[in-house]
Amino acid sequence: MIKTENLSFAYSGDEGVIKVLNQLNIEIQTGEFVAVLGHNGSGKSTFAKQLNAILTPGEGKVTVFGIDTSLEENVYELRKNVGMVFQNPDNQIVATIVEEDVAFGLENLGVPREEMRRRVDEALKTVRMYDYRHHAPHLLSGGQKQRVAIAGILAMEPKCIVLDEPTAMLDPIGRDEVLETISRLNKEKGITIVLITHYMDEAVKAGRCIVMDKGQVVMDGEPTEIFPRVEELRALGLDVPQATELIYELKKRGVNIGANILQSDDCIKVIKKFYDIIKSQSFMARKNKKVTRASILPEQTIKPTLFKLKNINYTYNKDEPSARVALKDVSLQLRDGDFVGLIGHTGSGKSTLMQVLAGLLPPIGGELVIDGQGFPDYKSAAREIRRRVGLVFQYPEHQLFEETVYKDIAFGPTNQGLSGNELDERVREAAKRVNLPDELLEKSPFDLSGGQKRRAAIAGVVAMKPELLILDEPTAGLDPEGRDELLAMLKDLHGDWCKTIVLVSHSMEDIAKTVNTVAVMNRGSLVMLGSVAEVFSRGEELREMGLNTPQISRIIDGLIAAGLPLRRDIFTVEAAAEAIAGLIGGRKNA
Amino acid sequence: MLRDITLGQYYNTSSPLHRMDPRTKILWVIYYMVLLFVANSVWEYLIIALFTAAIVKISNVPLSFITRGLRPIAMLMMFTVALNLFMNPMGNTLWQWGFLRITDTGVITAAKMAVRLVMLIIGSSLLTLTTSPIVLTGGIERLLAPFRKFGLPSHEIAMMMSIALRFIPTLMEETDKIIKAQTSRGADFESGGVIRRVRAMVPILVPLFVGAFRRADELAVAMECRCYRGGGGRTSLREFAFEQVDFLALVWAVVLLAAIVAVKVVL
Repeated sequence: MIKTENLSFAYSGDEGVIKVLNQLNIEIQTGEFVAVLGHNGSGKSTFAKQLNAILTPGEGKVTVFGIDTSLEENVYELRKNVGMVFQNPDNQIVATIVEEDVAFGLENLGVPREEMRRRVDEALKTVRMYDYRHHAPHLLSGGQKQRVAIAGILAMEPKCIVLDEPTAMLDPIGRDEVLETISRLNKEKGITIVLITHYMDEAVKAGRCIVMDKGQVVMDGEPTEIFPRVEELRALGLDVPQATELIYELKKRGVNIGANILQSDDCIKVIKKFYDIIKSQSFMARKNKKVTRASILPEQTIKPTLFKLKNINYTYNKDEPSARVALKDVSLQLRDGDFVGLIGHTGSGKSTLMQVLAGLLPPIGGELVIDGQGFPDYKSAAREIRRRVGLVFQYPEHQLFEETVYKDIAFGPTNQGLSGNELDERVREAAKRVNLPDELLEKSPFDLSGGQKRRAAIAGVVAMKPELLILDEPTAGLDPEGRDELLAMLKDLHGDWCKTIVLVSHSMEDIAKTVNTVAVMNRGSLVMLGSVAEVFSRGEELREMGLNTPQISRIIDGLIAAGLPLRRDIFTVEAAAEAIAGLIGGRKNA
Repeated sequence: MLRDITLGQYYNTSSPLHRMDPRTKILWVIYYMVLLFVANSVWEYLIIALFTAAIVKISNVPLSFITRGLRPIAMLMMFTVALNLFMNPMGNTLWQWGFLRITDTGVITAAKMAVRLVMLIIGSSLLTLTTSPIVLTGGIERLLAPFRKFGLPSHEIAMMMSIALRFIPTLMEETDKIIKAQTSRGADFESGGVIRRVRAMVPILVPLFVGAFRRADELAVAMECRCYRGGGGRTSLREFAFEQVDFLALVWAVVLLAAIVAVKVVL
């Protein structure tokens, strides 16, 4: 059992003492699976670090399986029982071979070799990484690395595993792998799990959710109790699963569905039941009113083509045995004013395509045309291409380098040849566009908060006023509120500041909310390109490629299959609620 | 792609040499070097060369991989050979042009020098070709362990080496990404004089160092969470045990020594 009693903790930073935990009282029973939610800075991670004495209480007391964490002599006994997995898979693997890394904790504890061998093998089998035991960790995928990290903890045979945003840096496949593993450990081995996460679909799988704010517990209960409190959660900067949100929106429209719904399947069932009742009640049943299926062609507004790629190919390590084809005959047209979502699982060729578009990687064969101007010689035109195309890499804040935020933002425009007033204006305007307050400009970029750093780094690219702006997973690692702010900012930039934007994301919900055109990459080829409606109505094909559709369109698909006359081109919760309310007798336009 | 790089020059195959305990191999290489410098007659060199050839055959490493190790030192070798060839004041003159003079002793010394260098390189690269970096690190740790009594932090040295090995590919990948990101922001690393080019490195080096420190911090916490507390009381998954091959290596060492001593006595 884990118990904190009036636990308080404060960091002393440059700006005085910051109280992170404030009289925190949490009790977790052995064998529970608890998800801890809260926006960045709510104290979740600090709480987690208290559980294995990486941090010790400022005030109050933490007892873990009967051990007082503040006593120095207990520290190894404690850490043996409470294992911890962190966000970045790379920064927690010590050894150069998988099985040796798994053995690391046991080596530290002085476990005899035969015993160690047995436990290492068993741990690797449990996380299904046994076949990779002789591999080098840097060649594994993110999800595999995290499973190795979990195995390293598991080998120590802990009673509890604390995971601090273990999936934040993973792709959807990796996330599923990790989540499946921890659920199984909880069910089969009875290991207590404390999962800190920003993903609501993960929290839903826990037996209990604790929501933290300002270092205190503000909600505590089963997911079905917590998530229907949509407004409170939003006020705390959190999300709810789309299924829950749909029910909430329907209630707002006067449809009295009283169920606490978290999963798509339940949501479909409840709405279907409701629909059947309504249908049997209304005597003058609308006689199978013919559904006009949406024409799923994009609006054919004739916009000039800004960017054209024709038959682009790329192979890594060409002429070597390790050659790997990354792009196969990719042809792509981006029109002036497009907001394109680029999706595809890891290894589909997305990042290679991005780099070709951005003037960073000369393709092998093929043609690139910008604004009617061809660049047959890519290499000599690369500088010109880079001038016109801005690329924001994943975790762009890791590229900040200047003394002040201002200078960092000015780096790109200065390289473009801007100076004096023009430069100053450009920097300040770019900062404004990404919602970076003026007073931060003279600060060191390394003193900013995580979200601010991200925006400062994006400003550095935005300040170059690229015609085409490409962003690779710009919302990775942000909390729901930060993510929504960032997406809103991109929508605002689109049009007058950057004519065309390409957004690469693993989150289909973000794509559906933000873009108007979707491009899908699979195995080095561009397999789909069309409006959001066109692409997401091909859910079956997307799933075959290891991709998905937003949860809401899965619900809509389910409802259509259950016989509800709905249109398929619905991709936001709002639109879904409108349509369903219209069918089952709610008010429209709540 | 950068992530495909192999660390060091380990050639992954199986052979008695690959199976041999790293400690045996390290000691053998030292022994081999000593022998090379003790040997000075053609016969002795011949014996060592034959022995080296046999080891190369046993190692199962393709010859091209072994000669690859010679390439970087080709210049040094030519220089040494030339120096010995032309600048030897001893012996009978065979050929002369101005101050350049080739003598018979010069020819012999140069040839010996060349053979000695080539064998030295082949011998030591066989160690790195047949031993993975992590095993090599482990071997060094064990060999240094007795010196712990005199204050040498042998475990810490080995731990640092292995963490460095672990993070080289990660940091290479990161460097590649940072270079691309700054290039995309118009950074120019190719034009301008030396000073400009050095200054152009700042946008790469600062993020790289900041990132490396961030990783170091996180790794330290992760290690602490797994009960790391230095070298005392640790056990190891990897077994270091002398086996048949290692005894065989000892036999070979004795045979080789005996052969060389015999040659020295007889001639």
